[in-house]
Amino acid sequence: MTDTQYDRAPGDALALPDVEQGTSSGVLVYTIGLALAVVLTAMSFWVANTSLLWVGGVSLGLTVLAIAQMGIHLVFFLHVTTGPDNTNNVMALAFGVLIVILVVVGSLLIMADLNDNMMPSAELMNLHMQH
Amino acid sequence: MNIALAVDDEVRHEAALPSASEAGPATKRVVVGYGFWIFLLSDIVMFSAFFAAYAVLAHATAGGPSGVQLFNQRSVAIETACLLASSYTCGLMSIAIGSRRYAATYWAALITFVLGAAFLVLELREFAGMIAIGAGPQRSAFLSAFFTLVGCHGLHVTAGLVWLTVMMAQVAIKGFRATVERRLLCFSLFWHALDIVWVWLFTVVYLMGVVS
Repeated sequence: MTDTQYDRAPGDALALPDVEQGTSSGVLVYTIGLALAVVLTAMSFWVANTSLLWVGGVSLGLTVLAIAQMGIHLVFFLHVTTGPDNTNNVMALAFGVLIVILVVVGSLLIMADLNDNMMPSAELMNLHMQH
Repeated sequence: MNIALAVDDEVRHEAALPSASEAGPATKRVVVGYGFWIFLLSDIVMFSAFFAAYAVLAHATAGGPSGVQLFNQRSVAIETACLLASSYTCGLMSIAIGSRRYAATYWAALITFVLGAAFLVLELREFAGMIAIGAGPQRSAFLSAFFTLVGCHGLHVTAGLVWLTVMMAQVAIKGFRATVERRLLCFSLFWHALDIVWVWLFTVVYLMGVVS
């Protein structure tokens, strides 16, 4: 019962002509997104294979390119905008990004720290061997 | 004076545009889309755990082959192109759905499916090649993490292909009903999110693996 009420909601009906009038501009948006993504992907592969850049900075450069490409996908393919109708989506996305960063950076930091601290020194290893 | 004017302007502006809660309950399309968005974010959080495991274990090769020896950049580039192009055709499909064009929807879905399937074939060939030379998931912690992470993404793509087939059958039988349209909206969100995961995959696994 509630379903039919929601289906006829004025917002849904209003949204449809909006989509229809935007067919050609919609294609343009996806095409721009595709072009930018192709450029960024090509740059990523170039950065990974070139010898022109300082090796230490390559990983950082690749990360930056991946973040940029993620932004392109979000804006041009997933249509995440800063508009008021998108506030909920953006807040959920921000929370997701926070958790992802906590998981990845936290794991890397903790494991690197463990590797540094738990690695037995040479004398300790020898002591173990003698027993 | 200017400040007073600006405030006055803002008040009038706010009165003209009611906030989301004043506009009444959101449409079902909005609610469904938002729910699926939450699911996708939780899925991405799961992927982040696999990414973290891979990043920690990337150098734990246990004397076995490392990424530099195993990864073929040419095939990764083709896989990336397939997935990116299929994301684009998936976008074209949503536009065709919005304007209720059956033929355009079927064609865009077909191209999306073929590109996704090509991606899967390339990935499975890569996996088969690695297992054939003894670099299977049981060889080292690095390879376990690699197969889990990349395989999980591959499973998602497989599920997406099945979903796309089912959706096209629904469009053929039921037409562009509101329920079918909402499912198609969720599918396109899913497919684009998979492409975002792949961006991180080829960056972290393949390109950084080749660098270090």
